[in-house]
Amino acid sequence: MVATFSSTGKDTFVGSPRSRVDGPAKVTGLAKYAGEFAAPDLAHGYVVSSAIAKGRIKAIDTAAAEAVPGVVKVFTHENRPRTAWLNYNYQDAVAPPGAPFRALYDDKIHYSGQPVALVVAEDFETARHAASLVSLDYEAEEPLTDTEAARDLAYRPSMNRNGIKPPPKPWGDPDQAYDQAPVKIREDYRLAIEHHNPMEPHASTVVYEGDGRYTVYDKIQGVSNSQGYLASVFGLNKDDLRVMNPYLGGGFGSGLRPQYQLFLAMLAARELERSVRVVLTRDQMWSFTYRPDALQTITLGAAQDGTLQALRHDAIEGTSHFEDYQEVVVNWAAILYKCDNVELTYRLAKLDTFTPGDMRAPGAVTGVFAIETAMDELAYATGQDPIRLRLKNYTEHDQTMQDKPFGSKALKSCFAQGAERFGWDKRDPEPRAMRDGRELVGWGMATGVWESMMMQTSAHAILTADGKLEVGNSTGDLGTGTYTILTQIAADTLGLTMEDVTTKLGDTRLPEAPVAGGSWTAASSGTAVMKACRDVGEQVFRLARQMENSPLANVDFDRVAFTDGRIEVAGDPGRSVTLVEAMRAGGVDRLEATAQAAPDKDFNDAYEAYTHSAIFAEVKVDEELGQVRLTRIVSAVAAGKILNPKTARSQILGGVVMGIGSALEEESMLDHRLGRFMNHNLGEYHVPVNADIYDIDVIFVEEEDKANPLGVKGLGEIGIVGTAGAIANAVFHATGKRIRHLPITVDKIIG
Amino acid sequence: MNRFEYVRAGTVAEAVQAYAAEPNARFIAGGTNLLDLMKYNVERPGRLIDITRLPLASIEEREGGLRIGALVTNADVAYDARVRAKAPLLADAILAGASAQLRNAASTGGNLLQRTRCYYFYDEGTPCNKRLPGSGCPAIGGVNRIHAIFGTSEHCIATHPSDMCVALAALEANVQVSGPEGDRSIAFADFHRLPGDAPEIDTNLKPGEIVISVDVPAREDSQHYTYLKLRDRLSYAFALVSVAAALELDGEMIRSARLALGGVAHKPWRNQEAEALLQGKPATRASFQAAADLIMREAKPQSANGFKVELARRAIVRGLEQAAAGTPQSLTDKRIR
Amino acid sequence: MLIESGSPVPADTRVGISLTINGETRALQVAPWTSLLDLLREQLDLTGTKKGCDHGQCGACTVLINGIRVNSCLTLAVMKDGAEITTVEGLSALAAGGAGANGLHPIQDAFIAHDAFQCGYCTSGQLCSSVGLMNEGHAHSRDEIREAMSGNLCRCGAYTNIVDAIEDVMQAGTTPAGAPQGAAR
Repeated sequence: MVATFSSTGKDTFVGSPRSRVDGPAKVTGLAKYAGEFAAPDLAHGYVVSSAIAKGRIKAIDTAAAEAVPGVVKVFTHENRPRTAWLNYNYQDAVAPPGAPFRALYDDKIHYSGQPVALVVAEDFETARHAASLVSLDYEAEEPLTDTEAARDLAYRPSMNRNGIKPPPKPWGDPDQAYDQAPVKIREDYRLAIEHHNPMEPHASTVVYEGDGRYTVYDKIQGVSNSQGYLASVFGLNKDDLRVMNPYLGGGFGSGLRPQYQLFLAMLAARELERSVRVVLTRDQMWSFTYRPDALQTITLGAAQDGTLQALRHDAIEGTSHFEDYQEVVVNWAAILYKCDNVELTYRLAKLDTFTPGDMRAPGAVTGVFAIETAMDELAYATGQDPIRLRLKNYTEHDQTMQDKPFGSKALKSCFAQGAERFGWDKRDPEPRAMRDGRELVGWGMATGVWESMMMQTSAHAILTADGKLEVGNSTGDLGTGTYTILTQIAADTLGLTMEDVTTKLGDTRLPEAPVAGGSWTAASSGTAVMKACRDVGEQVFRLARQMENSPLANVDFDRVAFTDGRIEVAGDPGRSVTLVEAMRAGGVDRLEATAQAAPDKDFNDAYEAYTHSAIFAEVKVDEELGQVRLTRIVSAVAAGKILNPKTARSQILGGVVMGIGSALEEESMLDHRLGRFMNHNLGEYHVPVNADIYDIDVIFVEEEDKANPLGVKGLGEIGIVGTAGAIANAVFHATGKRIRHLPITVDKIIG
Repeated sequence: MNRFEYVRAGTVAEAVQAYAAEPNARFIAGGTNLLDLMKYNVERPGRLIDITRLPLASIEEREGGLRIGALVTNADVAYDARVRAKAPLLADAILAGASAQLRNAASTGGNLLQRTRCYYFYDEGTPCNKRLPGSGCPAIGGVNRIHAIFGTSEHCIATHPSDMCVALAALEANVQVSGPEGDRSIAFADFHRLPGDAPEIDTNLKPGEIVISVDVPAREDSQHYTYLKLRDRLSYAFALVSVAAALELDGEMIRSARLALGGVAHKPWRNQEAEALLQGKPATRASFQAAADLIMREAKPQSANGFKVELARRAIVRGLEQAAAGTPQSLTDKRIR
Repeated sequence: MLIESGSPVPADTRVGISLTINGETRALQVAPWTSLLDLLREQLDLTGTKKGCDHGQCGACTVLINGIRVNSCLTLAVMKDGAEITTVEGLSALAAGGAGANGLHPIQDAFIAHDAFQCGYCTSGQLCSSVGLMNEGHAHSRDEIREAMSGNLCRCGAYTNIVDAIEDVMQAGTTPAGAPQGAAR
């Protein structure tokens, strides 16, 4: 890992709290999102959604809609223009195995809320009105949407999803070890289906530029994915397709894959040869991906002192009929805890729903909740302090990966610092022992874990004659702070101010980067930007050295430092040349470099890389009425180097708040008879509001990691993982009631 | 949202007349529920009659009580000094509902007329007897954890979502209305109706009648009250169960008790028998429990809302305790007193 | 056409209204069903005001009408004839002591300083709601601010920072003026 980005040996910007560089654009309303770009002659599409979950469309009548003045065209499966024939063409860069959903493909209904028509009109209101006049006649079949009811149909996926580690082969003899263990825990755990619900509904604006060329603004976490998808589905040349998305109104995974509004907007734009925008309604945010329901069983056998002797984690997760979505649910227990007898199984069950998708810390939110609740149960069963129990079973090796050591793992510091900040030593472990007036007070803790990843990424740096630097690539900033950290990295690497640097993202004309997800963006794009800046630095240094009477003549590159817009001889600031002077002298007005970053194979062969956290939660539960207030959270995180403590803290706050939602509020409720999510709006699908959130204390513990040159591990997911477990454990401590099915709503507390 | 005619009324007579000319009309003031429903195609009025310019936006003291104009916003009622002094229960109930933005727009009359939050009612992709009479009620046996436990019918198990109305029921307000057949006054208990076999009709307003004002009678004791609301998050959510309680005490003894429940029925739920039971009894937990038990005897839970029976029982007791102690539930300190 | 009291405007007609938006009075032709939110975003290219749910359930569309915060998605433009509208684009002009050196209202500065947003999509609504809250003058403590800001969802979870930012501005005494006469309640 690099000691510093700056060649002076001391970073000015990286490592210190910095305000977001996109802050002014966002607080003035000038930042534009995918559904806000204007175009001459823009038409507006409004989606008509299926009322049934399974069956076929017997008839669709669009006459009344088409008769409304201002309606341009109504697209249905009956008049859909031709698109690519093969399923393969619809598989985007992060698609799971299967045949991706195609909107308006035929008369078949695969799930409730499926788009069945697109009404295109001169303005939004006309499209919306006309959409209400489209009438459908269905032949409905009985849907299956209950994972529990599909349990017996569960299967192991025949093809693994790219990038998702399947469960390892079992080791030891977990069943026998369980039978012989003096302490046994075997319980079922479940988490309700959750929908991402970023504040910005999904939207695509396709601007027709003439001559078969398009500029597309798409709500996507990486524009390259949309570009590839559109090119493949519509048989377009990538050069004719510029996809942009400078700002994303949140994604949390819902924008990893191109969603159907992009397909529909492009379909209409190509057919009509005009610009088209399609924005989904909030209700339609329940008509595509979601965090799947998982039926989980954890089996723990342990010695009296809490030492694990047997561990099983079995999970069945829902997926669609057309794709085998997969995520890592069951591996976490064996990554966190050492055990000689382990079996982990993961199966899928086909449901009449859309394909689930990655939602913030996919799989880990689900699986870690289960194991961390079970570990709390084991702590009570063995009379151990929950932290001591975790330390007793602590491991420095990843048993799921041939016992490879972790590149770094400062989880013990997380326990220690988190416990101290929280005041854990004052906890009376007895349930219902602590109270405050009419409220029972509960303190619970859990561990969080997420894989630290890096992806093949490129980025460029362009230095212009005015001494200003542009860096960037095609990835998206979901609100994570990518614009800001890349600006910090670039400024420190070339000794500029942050004001001298402009970071550009979300444009396929920029060097290619993958979708922003998995917490890999800081490591991947950060490394690529640093390398591109260094390359530019070398170029400008060569110009400086070639200057007449250059103060840098005969000085090697590794002996100079970039600082204050100058290149100076290290330790001899009197000998320096400004970047502007060097470029002027060299007669160039632009220096440019594109660099690649890729995972370090040697490191990955030798080590496993994970972020960790310890979460401590305090709840106050009204003894009589069951109202839960989450009054305090301490999240202590080990995530390698922290580039910007300010935006980093916000990432953790965000993860924690979503974890609170997951623990206490969020639940998409299906009417299984209709196969339909019924609370499909933000009034009835509860996400935390301001009044729900009290104190959240974030600690970043020191951790040195060498998986990538930056030493960063990523922060997008770790804040949420384990949070629900800590809260559920706190609720048990407060009430003596173990609730294993999230969310923990009042009915479960008083029931 | 369908297309409609727009009429801006300058007087009540003009508004009533505009309705008479187009029976598929709706009056609109705050619009916070009507426009919401129109965007879901649940309401498809042929004409909207804008009544925001009618002279009904003031609060007046009248016979010791208050007359609240139909167009006074929920926020203006809640923060009005006279309301805070004479009917603090009403102010608290309003502030327990919705958000600041919605309360700034929503009107008094509109709050009375807001429609249920039943998922099926809102979703035109499903049957609903309230939205489409005769189509069925999938909430029965479906997703119904928020639904009613009192006064349901085989046709509808929806609840009335208002907080303000629960307080008005407990305060025994009267609603002044004007219509094609003249003016009349409706006792609050008679304003909303139970679903029975006509769940599409929420209130006893006659077609074309417009709410003019709400009269809140004077009470001797405005110290012993509370509005206790239990919901799925700590703010900005509809009540699972709410309790409006107002007591008049004579030392330790209850001179009179008025109690209304929200989130449990198609209208704010009152039980006169239970109120009578409390009368003359000591203000103790035992008395409150007896009243709660009496009220809950009538409860008929659905497949997923059985918890409401116990929750309501406990909430009644707690609400009465808060009222008796003169410690109404705070709206910002979320600890339940 | 112009609106005449008591006379119906036919369903296919646009009507003339006047709105003062961020200080500029405009004569506009609107359809009766056009929400203030759609008017701003689709017709006036004032896309700072966001559509998060279009049903009054998220607060992203919050604007100030005569200094009072409301959900513009549940407001028909035609009914606000004559009103003064402030959107996020006009907040800086409301600053009591004038905008800061960077041209921002103190609450905008405070949001940046406290990192009170991430994706930015709820931010315009949070900002207008914050100014509305200060105009109302009912919220003072953190508990009161939290409750009064609960009509603005933030899926990125910036709530604690939002409260910090508002508290900061309130304590600095830079409570914005700019609410037209009679708006302060």
